[in-house]
Parts: sequence; structure tokens; C-alpha cells
Amino acid sequence: MSSCRKRCKREILKFAQYLFRVITGTLNPDSIEDELELSAVRHRPEALEQLEAQTRFSRKELQILYRGFKNECPSGVVNEDTFKEIYAQFFPQGDASTYAHFLFNAFDTDHNGSVSFEDFVMGLSILLRGSVQEKLNWAFNLYDINKDGYITKEEMLDIIKSIYDMMGKCTYPILKEETPRQHVEIFFQKMDKNRDGVVTIDEFIDCCQNDENIMRSMQLFENVI
Amino acid sequence: MAAGVAAWLPFARAAAIGWMPVANLPMPVAPSNKNKRQDELIILNVSGRRFQTWRNTLDRYPDTLLGSSEKEFFFNEETREYFFDRDPDVFRSILNFYRTGKLHYPRYECISAYDEELAFFGIIPEIISDCCYEEYKDRKRENTERLMDDLEDNKDSKLPNMTFRETMWRAFENPHTSTMALVFYYVTGFFIALSVITNVVETVPCGYMPNQRDVPCGERYTEAFFCMDTACVMIFTVEYLMRLFAAPSRYRFMRSVMSIIDVVAILPYYIGLVMTNNEDVSGAFVTLRVFRVFRIFKFSRHSQGLRILGYTLKSCASELGFLLFSLTMAIIIFATVMFYAEKGSSSSKFTSIPASFWYTIVTMTTLGYGDMVPKTIAGKIFGSICSLSGVLVIALPVPVIVSNFSRIYHQNQRADKRKAQKVQKARLARMRISKSGSSTAFLHSKRNGLNQSLELTLPYYKMKLSPQGSLEEDQQLKKTTSLLESQHHHLLHCLEKTTNHEFVDERLYEQGYLQTALQNFPSQSPSLSSEEGITGTCCSRRPKKNIQPLNATHTHSHTHNLQELSALHIQCGEQQPLNTSRSSLNLMSDESGSLNCKSSGLVTTAIISIPTPPSNNSRASPDAPSPPNPEAPPLLNPSSTDVVKISAL
Repeated sequence: MSSCRKRCKREILKFAQYLFRVITGTLNPDSIEDELELSAVRHRPEALEQLEAQTRFSRKELQILYRGFKNECPSGVVNEDTFKEIYAQFFPQGDASTYAHFLFNAFDTDHNGSVSFEDFVMGLSILLRGSVQEKLNWAFNLYDINKDGYITKEEMLDIIKSIYDMMGKCTYPILKEETPRQHVEIFFQKMDKNRDGVVTIDEFIDCCQNDENIMRSMQLFENVI
Repeated sequence: MAAGVAAWLPFARAAAIGWMPVANLPMPVAPSNKNKRQDELIILNVSGRRFQTWRNTLDRYPDTLLGSSEKEFFFNEETREYFFDRDPDVFRSILNFYRTGKLHYPRYECISAYDEELAFFGIIPEIISDCCYEEYKDRKRENTERLMDDLEDNKDSKLPNMTFRETMWRAFENPHTSTMALVFYYVTGFFIALSVITNVVETVPCGYMPNQRDVPCGERYTEAFFCMDTACVMIFTVEYLMRLFAAPSRYRFMRSVMSIIDVVAILPYYIGLVMTNNEDVSGAFVTLRVFRVFRIFKFSRHSQGLRILGYTLKSCASELGFLLFSLTMAIIIFATVMFYAEKGSSSSKFTSIPASFWYTIVTMTTLGYGDMVPKTIAGKIFGSICSLSGVLVIALPVPVIVSNFSRIYHQNQRADKRKAQKVQKARLARMRISKSGSSTAFLHSKRNGLNQSLELTLPYYKMKLSPQGSLEEDQQLKKTTSLLESQHHHLLHCLEKTTNHEFVDERLYEQGYLQTALQNFPSQSPSLSSEEGITGTCCSRRPKKNIQPLNATHTHSHTHNLQELSALHIQCGEQQPLNTSRSSLNLMSDESGSLNCKSSGLVTTAIISIPTPPSNNSRASPDAPSPPNPEAPPLLNPSSTDVVKISAL
């Protein structure tokens, strides 16, 4: 209630200021402040040597990665909308925004709303050069939307729906309503050993390590850079 | 795929690891990049100015000169650089296109020079980015107009073998072509003026008659005026008939504005001739005479400025409409207010709201006749607000109209607008095609069976499945798609595997959608599906190949095998999850997948279909390993016999 009142007061003050400005004919200053704010968000990454030490990429690879990164995001940070746009370009037929949102949260490890080059490169380092354990850890982190250490059916349903969204409308066979749910059921059948309705990190890693397919597919993107 | 985003493809592929634990099918093999070179700088020498860029930058657009192998023709061995004997200034914009993905058009550049350079380097002008596209189109339009004007100036020379009719039409349209035409032009002009003056003078009071009233000249010298009128109408009629005769398309001529004006100008006379001197109709006849004043519009054939004014008004229709609308709104508001303000005062002229309209209009246009004047204080206050706002409301749209007039005066508006519509549509269509190119490219490569050989598991079956010709085809196709494209396709393929659905294009999707609407029967062949799944997954050589062994009817893409009257087939067949892991889960997934399977019992409407060639059927059975379900073979037969089914429409 008090926050509501505070907000009201603020709004009234702003309106009074606006009226004053209308009468005295000076109606412009707002926009300049906004622009200054925006341009202040720039980011320069740490030095090349530090990044080399922290990740498993070689110097040349880091150079190539940074050039691509900076080309698309000249300001040095990616915010969620740019991230979604970039990711959506790879999936023209469907809607990749939900999955991109989850990905963004997975990459943005310090949860400050933007992905800097360090976050980007750390994430890639795990995904491309990490051990299987680390990769599975990362995947678990991606699925666990609220980061509480458990994957519930709802979280999984969200993730799987977002993956299906990327397929778009024109698929064969036609996507039905219950397909994501069934997929979640299959997943939980596989992963949830003690049938308590949630998947913990140990169950997840355990189960994945026993599954040939998954193990094989984890090695798929070794040579991406 | 946009240029800069190609740099993020590794990221997108890495992020695909997030799908892996969720997927139930094995993933396809990643394309190898063993021929990936280290990124190198290449030097482009354009008329002495050296540009340098990464080779990868140029490879982003493989269908242009610089992105393809065409540039090898310009490679200079001694200096190890690519030499182009072209304009270096324009080349800057072109190279920036590769770097940023946006093509800009510099304003100082000549439009035809720019076009030539674009054509040389293989870049279509439609991808000029929105910031510069308007400018580009305007300049291009001006240029084409200038060329067309030059052409038209040469058109006046008389062509040989023109028929009499064509000569006459040319004479009418362009009076400067011959003396005869010029004479005709001036004569008609004179008679138009004469006719208009006659109409005016007819009403002037002309002296006294013995009975006290002033009579207008028309009534005094009736015969004289009648003769004058007849002569003018004679001339106009003859002119109209001659134009009608000479017009290349009589129908179009009759619909044109000028001919309607001609008709309206001479019609009252003839109606007057036909009409008798009845008292009741003569009133109407007098009103018709008003239309004689339309003869003045015939002058627009003689005056370019008048025509342009007409076009201006037509093109500013929206501004004029807005003016009218806002005026109407304001009039109603103020009239209401004034009426109620003046209601109190006695002897007020504001008897009703419509009566106040007159006051409002006169005040807002600042005429101020003074026949209606507010007397109360409130009325005076509102009256002053009314006149102030009137000035504003009328002054606002006028500059727009003025600027429009000047714009039309300098350019021809009509034909260009029509042309621009078409070009805009074409441009958007081209851009849409290039944007959807990535998705269609993926579907295209799928259809070519490129992905068939990229199965992670079961290499044994792979060898059995792919007929002899496919290996060479695959290699050929691998050569044409770039590494970037094949990586992107691999990514999309992984997504298909994860979700166990495949991408199809609109056409096939709509067909499938139609069929689900007709589906009534439950699935009968989960086992068949699982058997089918092992023989070949969704990404088989042709999109619907995997379902053919099951029900032996074709989709409309293979209609050459069927004689059918309508295309409503229901397909059965479902790519099943290729689960080689735990058995219980296998069955479960089959069940779930089979829910999507349409029935093998067909419901068709008036179809006469021929059973499929047996080759497809035979492919399925011997290739399958021991089917997990023993009832697989018998089910094949009913499905093939089910094909021939004719049901009532």
C-alpha cells in the first residue's frame, strides 16, 4: 500500500513538472538523459591472457570468437533481446524466443541481465571443451529454471515446449498439444529413479552417463570452433 | 542467414547440447570441417586503392562475385592480390556490405554508375537497407523518367503508314503536329470562350421593356442567343464525335473525365430541344442550364496547369478529407455550444443548432458577415474561441496541399505510384525469398537425401538402404553446400531428432493438416511403424517414402502413380523413435508416437487408386530385422488392399 502511495506521489510530481514545462515551453530534456544512460553501457573484456587462462580456448580461437561477438554486439554486452534476435536467425521456421530466454539465463551466470564476453566464452568453454560431467552439469543448470537444484515436471515442460516451439508450425507429423507432455513423461520415466517427481543432479548425471545415445551426442560438437 | 550471425553459429551449435539429454533419438553426424582453412587476409586492389579483409568476410555471400570462385578470374599472380579495374569509391559501399550485412547508397553517387557497379559485383539492389532505400528508389525513378522524356521528344516525328484515324487522334492530342490541328485547337478554344460569355451575358439586365421590369438580355434577344447556343453546341458535338471516332479505345475514351465533361456540356441543349414547353418540366429544364457552365472545364484540355490542379486535388484527397472532417467536428461542437449559450437571450437568431451552423462556418472561416451575432457574454467568449480555432484548423492542411501541388508539378505522379506499388511488392517478395532461403535450403537438402547418410547408428542398414546412385549424389551435393550451410543444416537436423518431428514446407503441412481433420479411425499398426522406423527414419530419400510401404497410397507429390479424382488420402505411417535402449521405454515411446499415426484404413472420397508398385513394399520387409512384433507382415497386406476403395462422394 505504501509503495502504491509513493508511486502515486512520484507520478503526480512528474505530471506537475510536465505541466510546468509545457507552460514554459521547455519540453525536451528527458530524451537527452535517456540517451546518455544507454550509451554508458559499454563493456570491455578482460585481457586476452586472463581469458586464455580461465578458459580452454587458445589465443587464436579467442580472437575469432571475440571478433564475431563484437561484430554483432558493438557495445560489448548482449542483452536479452539481442540474444533472442540472434538465436532466432538460426531457426527461421519457428519461434526460438523462449528457448533463447532459458539459454540467456544459463549463460548469464551472475544474473545481471546481460551477457558479457567473459560469460559467453566461459559458457562456450564448458560446452565445447569441458568434460562430460561439466557438460551435464551445464545442461542440468539450463533445465533447472529456478536454480533450486531440482528439475520439476513443470520446468521440464516449459523447456520442452520451448524446444518444440522452435520447430514452428509446419512439421510432419503435425504437432499435437500433448506431444510435449508425453515427451516430459518419457524423460521423467528415464531420469527419475526414485519416483519422487523431481530429478536431482545426481540422478540426472547418473542416468545420462548410462545412456549411450546421450553420451555419444555430447561428443558431437567437439570440433565446432 | 545474415552475415554477422554466421559468426554465432558455433555458439548456436554449442547450445544444442542443451537438447541432448531430452532427445530420444540419436543425433546425426556433424559435418567435418577438415578443409577449414585458417582465416587469411586477402587484398583487393581496386584501381590502385588496396582494401584488405578476411576471406571469411567475403565468403558470407557466396552468390556474389567476391564471395564465389568468380573472383579467381581477377587474381593477379605476381602481386598475389585481386585486381579490379572499377571505381574505388563505390567499392567502399560494396565492401561494407560484406562487413556489416547492410548495403548503403551514398547520396553523392550517380545512380546509374552505382547500379552498374552493383550489377558487376553481383549484388541485387533490393537489399539496400531501409535507411537508403527510399533515396535510391527516388533517384532511380527520376532517372527513368528523364530517359522516357527524351524518348517522347523523339516520338513526334510522323510514323509512316499511319491510318487516317491515328493521324486524327494524334492531331487531337498534340495540336502542334500540324497546322490543321492547331487551327482546330484554337477554333474550339474560341467557341468555348464564346459559349461561356454567352451564358454570362444572357443574365445581364438589358434595358427596359414597356412593362416596368428589367429583363435580362436572354429574354430580350431570344433568337440571337438561341442561334449562338446552337452554333456552339454544333461545334462541340462535331468535335466530340470526331474524337470518339479517332480514339484508339472508344470504351476507354468514353470513360475518361474529359469526355464526360464534353457530354455534360452539350446535353442540356439537346434535352431542351426534346422537351416541350410544359410548365412543370420547364423548371427542371432551367436547372439543367446550370450545367452549361461546365463548358468552362473544357479549357482544361488547353491548359496544363488546370490539369495539374485537378491531379493535385485528387492526390490530396486524404488531406482534404481530413480538413473536411475536422471542420465538421469543430462546426458541430461550436454550433452546439453557441446554441446553448445563446438560448437564454431573447430575440436570439440562434434558433436551433443547424441554424448555428451558419454562424460557426462564417466565423471559423473568418468571414464574419454579421447577420448572426452572439449577445450574451458566454456566447461572445465562445464565439471568440471559435474564430481563433477556425484559423488554426483551416491553416493546417493548406501547406500540405500546396506542397503537393508543387511536387506534382515537377513529377508525374499517377503512373509512378502504380509502378512503385508493383516494385515494392517485388522487392519484398525477393527479400522474403532470400530470408526464407535458409529454411527452404534445409528442406531442399533434406529432400535430396543428403541427410540420409548422416545417421549416427546402424551403419549396416545404411549401406543396405542407400541405393547405388545415392553415394555419388551425396558427394556431389556435399560439394555445393558450403561448410556453414551444412553446419546449420546439421543443427536443424539435431532439433528434428530431439523433437521427433520434421520440418516440412507449407504445401505438405497443409495437406497433412487436411488429413488430420478427416482422421477417424484409431491406429492399427504401431508395430509396423516400429518396423518402419528401423528401415528409414523421417529423413528418408523422399519425404513420404517411409509411409508408402505401409499403406501404399501416395501423397499428391507422387500422383503420377495414381489416378485420382481428389487428393484426400490419409497416410499412415509415423517415424518412430529409434530407440535402441531399454525395451520397456521403447514400447512406451512407440505407443505415444503411434497416436499421431493416421489410420491405415482409408477414408477417401471418390478415389480410384492403383496400388503402388510392389518395389516399395518389398523394400520394407526384407530390410527390416526381426520385427519386434510378430504381426507385422500380415498387416502389410490389408493395407495394400485397402488402397482400392471407392466410397460415395
